[in-house]
Amino acid sequence: MSDTPIVPSFDDDVASGRKLAIICSKGNLDMAYPGLILANAALGEGIETHLFFTFWGFDMINKETMGHLKFTFVGNTSMHMPGSSMGIHHMLGALPGATAASTKMMKKMISDLDVPEVPEFLELLHGSGCHMWACRMSADMMKLEQEDLYEGVEGIISATDFIELTDGAQLLFI
Amino acid sequence: MPTTTIAGREIDVDAEGFLTKPEQWDEELAQTLATNIGIELTEAHWVPIHFLRKDFETQKETATLRRVSTVGGIPVKELFALFPGKPAKKMSYIAGLQKPKGCV
Repeated sequence: MSDTPIVPSFDDDVASGRKLAIICSKGNLDMAYPGLILANAALGEGIETHLFFTFWGFDMINKETMGHLKFTFVGNTSMHMPGSSMGIHHMLGALPGATAASTKMMKKMISDLDVPEVPEFLELLHGSGCHMWACRMSADMMKLEQEDLYEGVEGIISATDFIELTDGAQLLFI
Repeated sequence: MPTTTIAGREIDVDAEGFLTKPEQWDEELAQTLATNIGIELTEAHWVPIHFLRKDFETQKETATLRRVSTVGGIPVKELFALFPGKPAKKMSYIAGLQKPKGCV
């Protein structure tokens, strides 16, 4: 028993101005999630969070593709489904239908954990106050405009803009 | 596990201060818990708090922010407005529950 009540200190990080920036550069289903989950965790801790989508990471915010990311065994050194140690020969991963099947399986595993699909996840992050930015060079390369992207994306910005925005932030490249 | 005195009562808490025995909680205690972390409870605050308590009865674990939003029907944005900074932790503290364990 103590005299002063034990009370959690919730506002330490908020006051410290901690900032996190995550560069999302991959368009595979399995590589989309780490950035989304970490961003969600950081936002829940009151940390100012910025996501910068570049190159294949654009598939995560392109309205055409964001709901259809895929998981493939091709070129993946972890040739097994999560939770199974049973290896799959790499030639099988290249067979027609293999990527569709493994994508379907992984989506089910993710949804069984009650983790949302990418578009809904972006909504969750947006509602939590996440800042989302798209890379200017990637947009030019892919001939995409702001209206092609998820509405929560605040702007298409240059690498320099991003560096300025994330002054003092902790940085992750995924 | 330590105990601490909240609203004149001896309450079991973990090292951080979250209640470890949800049955020691009632709405009167919630008022003091809220005051402890600088929140003044309004009607709007009670909606997610009641949801957390009800959900805990069946799930035996604290609902994550997403669950409060999808199952409880309260937009995430609103939860951030009601419990600024760390909504999931602040809500569960006031509801007399452990902080959520789920990642999402």
